[in-house]
Amino acid sequence: MEMEKFRYDNQIVRMFFWATVVWGVTAFLVGLTIALQLPAPVFNFGTSWLTFGRLRPLHTNAAIFAFVGNGIFMGYYYAAQRLLKARNFSDTLSRIHFWGWNAIIVAAAITLPAGLTTAKEYAELEWPIDIAIALIWVAWGVNMIGTIIKRREKHMYVAMWFFIATFVTIAMLHIVNSLEVPVSFWKSYSLYAGVQDALVQWWYGHNAVAFFLTTPYLGLMYYYMPKAAQRPVYSYRLSVIHFWALIFLYIWAGPHHLLYSSTPDWAQTLGTVFSIMLIAPSWGGMLNGLLTLRGAWDRVRQDPILKFMVVAVSAYGMSTFEGPMMSLKNYNAISHFTDYTIAHVHIGALGWNGLLTFGLLYWLAPRLWNTKLYSVKLANVHFWLATLGIIFYVIPMYWTGITQALLWKQFTPEGLLVYPNFLETVLQLIPMYWTRAFGGTLYLTGSLVMVYNLVKTVKSGSPVEDEEMEAAPLKPIENEKTDYKHRWLEARPVPFILLSFIAVAIGGLVEFVPMFVVKSNIATISTVTPYTPLELEGRDLYIREGCFNCHSQMIRPFRSETERYGEYSKAGEYVYDHPFLWGSKRTGPDLHREGVGKLKKPDAWHYNHMDNPRSMSPGSIMPVYPWLLTRSNDYAKLPKKISAMRTLGVPYPDGYEDQALGDLKKQAEGIVGNLKDSGIETSWDKEIIALIAYLQKLGTGILPR
Amino acid sequence: MYVMFLLMGASLMASLIFLGAYIWSVRSGQFDDKYTPSVRILFDDKKKSKKSDTENDSGINEEEKK
Repeated sequence: MEMEKFRYDNQIVRMFFWATVVWGVTAFLVGLTIALQLPAPVFNFGTSWLTFGRLRPLHTNAAIFAFVGNGIFMGYYYAAQRLLKARNFSDTLSRIHFWGWNAIIVAAAITLPAGLTTAKEYAELEWPIDIAIALIWVAWGVNMIGTIIKRREKHMYVAMWFFIATFVTIAMLHIVNSLEVPVSFWKSYSLYAGVQDALVQWWYGHNAVAFFLTTPYLGLMYYYMPKAAQRPVYSYRLSVIHFWALIFLYIWAGPHHLLYSSTPDWAQTLGTVFSIMLIAPSWGGMLNGLLTLRGAWDRVRQDPILKFMVVAVSAYGMSTFEGPMMSLKNYNAISHFTDYTIAHVHIGALGWNGLLTFGLLYWLAPRLWNTKLYSVKLANVHFWLATLGIIFYVIPMYWTGITQALLWKQFTPEGLLVYPNFLETVLQLIPMYWTRAFGGTLYLTGSLVMVYNLVKTVKSGSPVEDEEMEAAPLKPIENEKTDYKHRWLEARPVPFILLSFIAVAIGGLVEFVPMFVVKSNIATISTVTPYTPLELEGRDLYIREGCFNCHSQMIRPFRSETERYGEYSKAGEYVYDHPFLWGSKRTGPDLHREGVGKLKKPDAWHYNHMDNPRSMSPGSIMPVYPWLLTRSNDYAKLPKKISAMRTLGVPYPDGYEDQALGDLKKQAEGIVGNLKDSGIETSWDKEIIALIAYLQKLGTGILPR
Repeated sequence: MYVMFLLMGASLMASLIFLGAYIWSVRSGQFDDKYTPSVRILFDDKKKSKKSDTENDSGINEEEKK
């Protein structure tokens, strides 16, 4: 057979290499900042751009999409060309992919601190950026599929399968979860409301972990770990089973993020059952990775790259065992809403993703610049800083999580809460927050040591030119197969009809389901009313400031929660919530009954509390929000917001757009009057007025104000 | 809870795509050889000087598949 000559594109790998390094350090730095903001609110710097509520999404997005994202593409572009024995399908697409993806990250780094957010975790970016993400993602997919088609190696190594699954699934998740109705260029409302929005969000959120942080990294593990160890993977058969079992099971586990919430019980159980089943493929994969080192363990002692990989895969094993445990209702009742979850995700992010990425960077640098690693010793220093950093991070956070959950649930013999004041349970955690920040500092320091080491390494070498390869083309075999497959289908009418039906059903589903989704917004509780214009604007401020990052709006049906907050949350209370704002972590108390019962506070309390939380709650770790008191809201978008909400099924009467501002002003003047009685002078158009209106609305759907 | 239909539909769709990919991969012989691929990836690094190894490697596999 005639041989074809081709060259691998190494430049694109180097581009993603540097992006991974730069964004990694950025993500760790932002992470350390928000870690310091908890024990010391002064680190919020009193400016709106740097408050915890805005930086926390920036941190998660930077870690997931900037650091790990670029890490995936770096590893993919190096491995895929070699696995498929072909240069990338299109160099232009590769460059579009690189610049597009990193432009999206820059856009995120500007819009998130600016308070432009959809409020959906790990999907906070507004609709224009969502569209850009979809386009760039497809550019990668086309590039990958094109390369697969022109490959010269018939067998697709298991790593390729993991990359394919990543592309297909993330595309679907991103599109379904990002469906939203734009109000302006930087503002939109989720297509779904309340419980529905929550289900969609956590179907997405969970699978973002599964198909962005897990499957592509497993692909990288299956390529780079054997390479680094110079040993074939322990069992190729196991890797194939690992792959197929994992992708079929993962997609159903999402509802385990919503245990004890207002979502249907059967959906919660479905999530739990699939989560437990996931232990099998996850641990199969972990053992396959670790056993790859059989007979090479002596090398782990000397080679820092293998050390990084071994601890990374061990962290994968730990978090994939812990995940299913946390999906059990009794376990979740303690871990949910606390720092336990934070510890869990950081075993995954710092351990699995972080350490594997570091291993890849150290392995790739000498190969991309044709040199030797500048200092093995410094790489070892980095390894210990990172590993100790993780330990100093997660142990205090596990401790914190369990401590706080137990404090929340503590009752006196008389049946009263021992810690009725939420703040008391927070103040117990401050020392652990400092320890966590110390762990983060170690981890960040380690990454800076790595940057120095990598820069020195690169300077000692020169970029490897695109090496020339030779391999036989694959074409003839492909044609033969296509013929065969078609005949197979033609000879079997039943599968053929079935497949046609599926194709049609998918089309129908895509068209009709949004209709159902909107229809089901009709309130099932008659006392639940749509937000007034002022409350709606206040809610948008709540979203802008990222309040949901620390305050949940989901009271679980536990005595310890109904005692503290009031009646547990009902699905029917959220039907006008586009998006839902249940939150996933209680750094502050739940706010779902903030406007009713014993939690209700006077307007003046909220006014002073926003100006400086410590004036109302001494010791509070909440940031200050003085700009809410001084900034005026022009309400120019109000008619558009009303009309967007009506499109989504919220029953504002026809023509209400024209009345809305008048109603808003009337309600605002009422709050201004209340504040005046307390000796506070302000005007109706200040942002604080709208936020107070929203906070006072919370919980009033089923209880008297 | 109508949105569950959308999610389950989308999930099923993804599963069906994966099922199709699985059936294709098995039928087209992707998994006929469950040992060589794991070893082969270790040897594709060779630069121009060791080109002959690469040729031999893929050559052998082509024959095996037929």
